[in-house]
Amino acid sequence: MADTIRLTLKVWRQRDPKDAGAFETYQLDAVPRHASFLEMLDLLNEQLIRENKRPVAFEHDCREGICGTCGIVIDGQAHGPQRGTTTCQLHMRHYRDGDTIVLEPWRARGFPIIQDLAVDRSAFDRIQAAGGYNSVNVGNAPDANAILVGRDQAAAAFDAATCIGCGACVAACPNASAMLFVSAKVGHMAMLPQGQPERSKRALRMVTQHDAEGFGACTNTLECEAACPKEISTRWIQRLNRDYLRAALASDEVPS
Amino acid sequence: MTLTSNAPTGPIEDRWSKRKSELKLVGPTNRRKYSVIVVGTGLAGASAAATLGELGYRVKAFTFHDSPRRAHSVAAQGGINAAKNYQNDGDSVFRLFYDTVKGGDFRAREANVHRLAEVSANIIDQCVAQGVPFAREYGGTLANRTFGGVLVSRTFYARGQTGQQLLLGAYASLMRQVDLGKVTLCTRQEMMDLIVVDGKARGIVTRNLLTGAYEVHTADAVLLATGGYSNVFYLSTNAMACNVTAAWRAHRRGALFANPCYTQIHPTCIPQSGDYQSKLTLMSESLRNDGRVWVPRKADDTRAPGDIPDAERDYYLERKYPTFGNMVPRDVASRNAKYVCDEGRGVGATRRAVYLDFRDAIERDGLNAISARYGNLFDMYAKITGDDPYQVPMRIYPAPHYTMGGLWVDYNLMSNIPGLFVLGEANFSDHGANRLGASALMQGLADGYFVIPYTLSGYLAEHTFAPVSPDHPSCKDALQDAKGRLDKIASVRGGRSVESFHRELGMVMLDRVGMSRTREGLDDAIKKVRAIRAEFWENVRVPGEGLGYNTELEKAGRVADFLEFAETMAHDALYREESCGGHFREEHQTPEGEAKRNDDDFCHVAAWEFQGVGQTPSLHKEELSFEFVKLSQRSYK
Repeated sequence: MADTIRLTLKVWRQRDPKDAGAFETYQLDAVPRHASFLEMLDLLNEQLIRENKRPVAFEHDCREGICGTCGIVIDGQAHGPQRGTTTCQLHMRHYRDGDTIVLEPWRARGFPIIQDLAVDRSAFDRIQAAGGYNSVNVGNAPDANAILVGRDQAAAAFDAATCIGCGACVAACPNASAMLFVSAKVGHMAMLPQGQPERSKRALRMVTQHDAEGFGACTNTLECEAACPKEISTRWIQRLNRDYLRAALASDEVPS
Repeated sequence: MTLTSNAPTGPIEDRWSKRKSELKLVGPTNRRKYSVIVVGTGLAGASAAATLGELGYRVKAFTFHDSPRRAHSVAAQGGINAAKNYQNDGDSVFRLFYDTVKGGDFRAREANVHRLAEVSANIIDQCVAQGVPFAREYGGTLANRTFGGVLVSRTFYARGQTGQQLLLGAYASLMRQVDLGKVTLCTRQEMMDLIVVDGKARGIVTRNLLTGAYEVHTADAVLLATGGYSNVFYLSTNAMACNVTAAWRAHRRGALFANPCYTQIHPTCIPQSGDYQSKLTLMSESLRNDGRVWVPRKADDTRAPGDIPDAERDYYLERKYPTFGNMVPRDVASRNAKYVCDEGRGVGATRRAVYLDFRDAIERDGLNAISARYGNLFDMYAKITGDDPYQVPMRIYPAPHYTMGGLWVDYNLMSNIPGLFVLGEANFSDHGANRLGASALMQGLADGYFVIPYTLSGYLAEHTFAPVSPDHPSCKDALQDAKGRLDKIASVRGGRSVESFHRELGMVMLDRVGMSRTREGLDDAIKKVRAIRAEFWENVRVPGEGLGYNTELEKAGRVADFLEFAETMAHDALYREESCGGHFREEHQTPEGEAKRNDDDFCHVAAWEFQGVGQTPSLHKEELSFEFVKLSQRSYK
């Protein structure tokens, strides 16, 4: 097998938020099969810079699947075809010589486009600020082993806490809902004894902020679970719904 | 000139308590009168900003990312140390202190290290209260594992994503303060310069990465928590945007840069596979708990690993260091990997790799146990290399990872510029010449949660702060400098991409200022760095209009700073005529090839003062004394 492949890329180009945007087509003649998807884009950008053209803007940082910065809709799938894989961890050995690949940004009202493939995901920070924490100041904590957490329970909390905040769940959802993200945050804390005092308030406030940011409602299409690079289960959304309902019915908190 | 640490004297275990009782306090109702800038939102920056917000100071937190949660602390895998002695295996504050001083090859400040060990236990308590989902035993208590360079299990972990979980904890606390209006969060703002007024740090100049606008932000104190400079090597385990810019800009304004040659080349990384490669990926050191490192006994043995019988394998770490075996400290493991590859016994296509083999661990504990411990790391390895580490041994090779050098700080974490504090990896203080595994997370959070709240209060209470208007000449100068510099880069309109310069710099640094250094090589590195820098300013090409969102321009500013910094780093390596920890000068080694320190001449911190680009920086020494851990040749045999 040859060490390199030829590719045709159709890339969404949009100069700024006001620009209408359009697809541009590029040819790459020698993409190393062991390169990552983002390294393939590095090669495209080197080529564009040589031609004195504006390189493609895309967001990325750690390139090892944990920072959550990267995210491209690749051939219609958020983060591309590999299950449980961020865009940066996708490798070109999964493509064949002569393939055409279509690249688009996350598209959602809650994620306005900045340029090309880069979008603004600050809505997630605002949702987090609306309750994604335990209110414990430094200095107040009891000895760590004074709070016992069963092994399986801790593992379940971790399964939710592993969310990297990339926004693929939103990009994959036909309603552009961020419920998988919110449910992972709420679920992580709800699994732990430390999270109980603010459990109701957290669910109410985070869901309210989610809606205020312009994300849609969940209609159980489960696309988010399929796209999630950390394979977070939609069962967390079911749990969130129960918490939200209980909080709305029983808590002293009034949803705004 | 001689620097003093400003550390308290007396019994080591009393020093931090003594300092805390000496430091002046700012009363709860007065704190809102003081403003503090925190640059960087990794473990050190986020924990500091959150904690200062909790105390009632007016805090502005800056990150060049779109969200604080992206900071590269998120990628730390293995764990965080704490002297809890939950395992009843003989751990103590003193032992963590001792291991860290020894692991750092006697080039750290004893008082700082002891304080770090003292507060380590509080960090775990705080993180658990925040909801960090650490690994647990069936009874519900916290689990521990062991790391390199120590003989106890004191490392707390959350699968292979400990940094992520700790950062999310600090980030959550930070966002709570944002929600409460105590912290103003400024995302996508990159610090471009430090503002010094009447000798005190009073603000920063930032560039808004979305709009390209330059902004002046003033405050009563500035905290830098901007991480390390491993990306001077281009290929490293750092994220793509990690840079030296904030620290270097402060250095150019007078802050001393200490021990820049102390860099950690981490032994267990996925080897480079081609020229297109943009970064290297770490495989947590925790893998060495169960993985065995080996190469073939014979040189040029190209058989598949499974076809090489045990008798023809060389488990060289177990052979050379029977006490610590595969768990020797990182510098020792890395150097030995280099030696066996230099002997022609390296494996894989490039022959610059060694095996990390889980065959015996899987036989002993079963596939499920190994998968539970390292599942996500094995998956990551498979994704990147296309090989299945459950079936064939991993191939690993050392890669630049962490930098022990950084801005010089005193015991209170304050640089030589009053009001400029430096936290986490960005300062030089606690790890000496080599950092032990699972200690970076500990230090970042110690600085942010438990040290800076006290020492900053002491500083603020002892000084008066006249308001600084954005029209102050110092602010205007810094703004003009920052803007002028990037405008100049954008106006070069040459023929080479920013990336190509960075790559060329990295190759020189890795080859000449990497794992093994010589006088000749370092002299050559300085010449080459100067030549690359000269060409950069003549021939770099930054496409686009310059204003507004322009990631090439961002990169260009950072690479321009690396090109200045690299020379100082090589100069420091040249100056330090000894080998210690991660700094290995071939001229200074024991007959067995171990690092040979020169305590008579170099038992000091070398802190450099900027004298102009391309000018030899001037040296300030802080003498190090070892009163509680006796200076001795490190041995892990």
